[in-house]
Amino acid sequence: MRKFLQPILAVVFGLALGLGFTRIAGESPWHVLQILGKSAFGSSYDLGMTLFYSTPLIFTGLAVAVPLQAGLFNIGAEGQLTLGALAAASVGALWPGLPWPLAPAFATMAAILAGTVWGAIPGWLRARRGSHEVINTIMLNFIAAGLASYVTLYLLKNPDTQNPETRPIGPGYHLLQFGFFNGAPVSMALPLAVVTAALVSILLWRTVLGYELRAVGQNESAARAAGIDTGRMRIIAMCLAGGLAGLVGVGEVLGNAGKFRLGFSPEYGFIGIAVALLGRNQPGGVVAAALLFGALHKGTSDLDLETEHVTRELSLVLQALIILSVSAEGLWSWMKKRSEA
Amino acid sequence: MSAETTAAVELRGLTKHFGNVVANAGVDLRVERGTIHGVIGENGAGKSTAMKMLYGILTPDAGQIFINGKTRVWTSPSDAIAAGIGMVHQHFMLAGPYSALDNIVLGAEPVRLGVIERTKARARLEALARQYGLPVDWDEAIDELPVGVQQRIEILKLLYRDAHILILDEPTAVLTPQETNELFRNLKKLRDEGKTILLITHKLKEVMSFTDRVTVFRAGKVTGEMQTSQTNPQELANLMVGRKVVLSIDVPPAHPRDELAMDVTGLSLAGAVAGSRHKISEVSFSIKRGEIVGIAGVEGNGQSELLEAILHPRDPLCRTSGTVRFLDEDVTSWEAWKIRDLGVAVIPEDRQQEGLLLERPVSENFLLGLQRSSAFSHAGFLNAKALQMAATQAVEEYDVRPRDLAILAGKLSGGNQQKLIVAREFQRKPRMLIAAQPTRGVDVGAIEFIHNRIVRARDEGAGVLLVSSELDEILTLSDRILVMYEGRIVAEFNRDHVTERELGLKMAGS
Repeated sequence: MRKFLQPILAVVFGLALGLGFTRIAGESPWHVLQILGKSAFGSSYDLGMTLFYSTPLIFTGLAVAVPLQAGLFNIGAEGQLTLGALAAASVGALWPGLPWPLAPAFATMAAILAGTVWGAIPGWLRARRGSHEVINTIMLNFIAAGLASYVTLYLLKNPDTQNPETRPIGPGYHLLQFGFFNGAPVSMALPLAVVTAALVSILLWRTVLGYELRAVGQNESAARAAGIDTGRMRIIAMCLAGGLAGLVGVGEVLGNAGKFRLGFSPEYGFIGIAVALLGRNQPGGVVAAALLFGALHKGTSDLDLETEHVTRELSLVLQALIILSVSAEGLWSWMKKRSEA
Repeated sequence: MSAETTAAVELRGLTKHFGNVVANAGVDLRVERGTIHGVIGENGAGKSTAMKMLYGILTPDAGQIFINGKTRVWTSPSDAIAAGIGMVHQHFMLAGPYSALDNIVLGAEPVRLGVIERTKARARLEALARQYGLPVDWDEAIDELPVGVQQRIEILKLLYRDAHILILDEPTAVLTPQETNELFRNLKKLRDEGKTILLITHKLKEVMSFTDRVTVFRAGKVTGEMQTSQTNPQELANLMVGRKVVLSIDVPPAHPRDELAMDVTGLSLAGAVAGSRHKISEVSFSIKRGEIVGIAGVEGNGQSELLEAILHPRDPLCRTSGTVRFLDEDVTSWEAWKIRDLGVAVIPEDRQQEGLLLERPVSENFLLGLQRSSAFSHAGFLNAKALQMAATQAVEEYDVRPRDLAILAGKLSGGNQQKLIVAREFQRKPRMLIAAQPTRGVDVGAIEFIHNRIVRARDEGAGVLLVSSELDEILTLSDRILVMYEGRIVAEFNRDHVTERELGLKMAGS
C-alpha cells in the first residue's frame, strides 16, 4: 500500500507547493486547478494533446526504467531520442519514394538502431572500462545535440524555410492520425508505445534475459557468482534503453511533424527520469506516470493565457516542482534500497 | 541511586525495540569485578545489542545500567569511555599507515602548545605494556603488523584511556589457535590485575576454557547465567538454541573414486594493478570425487582469491596463470556459467553479498544461476510453474522456514538463508561442491543440517572443497586438509594424522 501511496503523495506535495507559488502571485489555487483540468481533458482536442505529449514520455520513461532495473542510471534518453528522431527523418528525407508500409517500418528501424547505438556506447564503457554511465550519458547528450544541429543545418536543411529543420519525409512515411481528437496529432505511435510497454513488462518478468537483468540490478556480485555475465547485461540494458528512447522519433517525425525539427523535445528525456521514478520502474507504472506528466504539460501550457498572474515561467515552475518532488521521493527510495542491499 | 550492587557491571531489565522487533527484552546481567565473563548466544540473540547499550552506542528503551554500583545513563560512547568502559570491535578501528603509537594516542593525545608530546605518551605506554605484558613495536605502521599484534594495540588503546571494563566482540575470529591462546593468556593477566572483561563469542570452547562466569542469550532474553566450572558445552548449546542439539556429527570415512573432481596446477593470481603482490602463488592440489578436502587458514591468506580464480578464471580484473580443471575439463578459459553448468555447486563465502537477491522473493533466489537450465526455462521464457513446484519441494526438503516462496530472502534468518542457498546449489545435482564458510553466522541447529548435507553429497560421489576459518569444522568434515598461508599451500595432512596444534603452527606460517 505504501508503495502506491508514496508517489501519489509526492505528486500532491509538488502540486500543493506549486499552487502555493501561484497563490503568492495572486491567483487562486482553485482557479488554477480548474484551468489545469480543463486544459488537459476539457475537449477531445485537449485530451488528444495530452496523449500526444504522453506518448514520448512512455518511451523515455521505459528508457530510464529498464536500465534502472539493471542498476544503471540512464540520463541520456534525451540524446538517444534526438538521434532516433534524426535517423527516422534522415531516412524519410533521403528515400522519399518508399511506399507505405515499408517506409514507416524502415524509418522505425532506423530510429531504434540510432538510439541503440547511442545507448550501447555508455553501456560498453561502463561494462568494460568501468567509467560511470551517468557522466557518459550526459556527455553523449551534448554530442547528440551537436550532431543533430550539424545534420539539420548543413546536410539535410529544408530549403523552403528559415526554421532549423530537415527536408520533409516522403508521403509514404506518414502514420495514420486518429480523427477522433479533432486534429491533435495522436498517431499510431500511441498504441505502439502501449504495446511496447507491455512487451517490456513481459521481457522483465517472464524471460530469462529479464531475470538476469534484474538480478544484476539487485545484487551484482551475486549475479556474477551465479555465472551471469554482468558486463553483457549492462550493455544489453543500455542498448534496450537507447532503442526505446529512439522510438520517440516515430511519433514526432512520422506521426506529427514529418521532419526533424531542432529542439522539438521539451526535454522528454529528462522528464522520463521522473516518469520512471514515479512509475516505480514498472512498465505499467510508467504508462500511468507518462499520462500524468503529459496532462501536466498540456495543462500548464494554457495557464498564462487563461489567468492574469500565472506567467509562462510560473507555469514551468509549477511543472518543475512536481517533477522535483516526484524525483526526490523516487530517487530517495531507490538510493535507500541500494544502500540497504 | 541504589548502592546495593558491588558488581563492576550490572544491567537490570534492559529493553530495546527496533520497530516491531524486540532486540532485548528485560536483560539482566551481572559481571563481578576482576572476572572474565562470557556472553554467548547465536546471531541475533541480542548479545551485541546489550553490549552496545552498555557501551553507549544505543540508548535503552527501558532498564538501568549500573557501573560499580552507581546507576549511569550514557548519551554517547564517550560517556561510557569516561566511566572506564572500553570496547574492542570485531573489525579493528585502526588507521593502517600510522604507527602503533599514533593509533593508540589518537583522540587522547597529550598536547602542549598544540604539539603532541610523543615522548610523554611513549613513556606512559611502555609502563602499561610492561605492567600487563603486552609488548608492541611502537613505531611500526599498523599495516605491517600481524593481526594478533593489532588486537594487542586495540587493547592497549583501552588501557591507555584508563578503561577498567573491557568488552571484546568476537576477538578470536581472525586469530590462529596460537594467537588465540596468547590473547587469553593476556586477558587472564589483565583480569589478575583487577580488570573486568566481557567476552562476546559464539564459540563454546572459548567460553569453557577461559571464562569465570557465562551468560547465555536467546531471542533477546537471558536464558542462563552460571559459573563456567559448573556447566558443559552441551548445556550451553541447548540454552543457546532452546532445544537439544547435536554438537558434532560423526563423519564416516570416505570412499574416494578414482576420477578427479577438480585439479589445480600452478595457479597464481596477481592483483588488478600491474606489479602488485601475488595474492596466491603456485597453488596446486586435486580433489577426487567422493572426498572432502578442507582448506584451513587464517582469513585473508588467499582463500577468497583462490575461489575467485577457480570460479572466474577469465575475469579481466584479475590476472591468473596456471590451469584449473573440473571433472576432466580444462576450464581455464571458460566463462563462469559454463563451469557451473558442469555440475559445480558453490556455497559462497558471503551469502548476502554473493549468494542472494535480498529484496527478491525466495522463489527468485532459488532460480539464481539455474535460470538457463531446461528445467526452468524454454526458448528464453521462464517456466514459472516448474519453478514454483521445484522451489516448494526444495524448501520442504531443506527445511527453509517459513515455508513461503513469496517472502523476501532478506527477511529470512541467517541459517535459513544459508539453507536456501544449499537447496538451490544441490538442485544442480553437484559432481563438485565448493563450500566456503558454509556455517558462518548460522545457528547451531542449522550447522548440523548443513554438515550432514555436505557429507551426504560426498557419499553420493561429489568432490568437495571446503574452505573455512573454523578449525573445528575443517577437522570434523575433511578427509584431507590443506593449510593456506600467505597465498600458498604450505602443508597437507590426512584427517587422522593431525592435531589442532600442528595445524595452528602451519596456519601461522611456521
